[in-house]
Amino acid sequence: MEPGLYHLLFISAALFFIGVFGFFTRRNLITMLMSVELVLNSVNLNFIAFNKYLWPNKMDGLFFSIFVIAIAAAEAAVAIAIIINLYRSHQSIDVERTEQLKF
Amino acid sequence: MSGSTIIFYMLAALTLVSGVLAVTTRQIFRAAIFLLFSLIGIAGLYFWMQYDFVAAVQIIVYVGGITVLIIFSIFLTQQAGDLLPKPTIARQIFSALAAFCGFALTMLQLYQHKFIGTSEEPLLPTVSNIGERMLGIEANGFALPFEVVSVLLLAAMIGCIVIALRSKPATT
Repeated sequence: MEPGLYHLLFISAALFFIGVFGFFTRRNLITMLMSVELVLNSVNLNFIAFNKYLWPNKMDGLFFSIFVIAIAAAEAAVAIAIIINLYRSHQSIDVERTEQLKF
Repeated sequence: MSGSTIIFYMLAALTLVSGVLAVTTRQIFRAAIFLLFSLIGIAGLYFWMQYDFVAAVQIIVYVGGITVLIIFSIFLTQQAGDLLPKPTIARQIFSALAAFCGFALTMLQLYQHKFIGTSEEPLLPTVSNIGERMLGIEANGFALPFEVVSVLLLAAMIGCIVIALRSKPATT
């Protein structure tokens, strides 16, 4: 069977829930960030698939995914700066130990 | 079964299997490497759909940028050879149940829905078309979001530097 829109949507939904599973089970901040990256990538795949198979006369999906990639890069950089700063003050990046929200 | 179909299924398997391994392996460095393979698989899917520009952006930003950033932060914060603590059985079961129920619900909705696309002349995603749209200020142009994203990136970079700066000791 020739792969089409539904196959791509299946892959992106599966990847989204793999990311959600990782976000629920992991307790290390870096691995939780990796799960968030998987979720964002599945959303990008969805946008591109809809753009290609349903509305090829426009480019809205393509631009959405490009902007999502840019914002995800900014998010990852800020998150890693926060994680490294947290490691300096707490010597741990486990979420169970980051309970105090003060300087 | 044509070659294109076989390539599609191989890319899908690469993406999903390495995605699963990235969220389940207990060695954090291997998790980062499996995430890298998953992102490469997604870039391959973009190539398969002939969206070359997005695939190139995906490889440059994710594979070349974010994964390297994650690997460096692993080097800075983890002891070599440490295994991640195993999550409790109850948490694993309930997370898998929640993820599976969400997936089943999504798939159920998806296969009951009939998508109706347009039949107009396709606009090819070549680099010149993308560039004209991205910096166009007429209708269907994306100049304003482009500028907003560039300001956001600048703010994020300055914020990163400020957050990660080592603060001076108070006594000097």
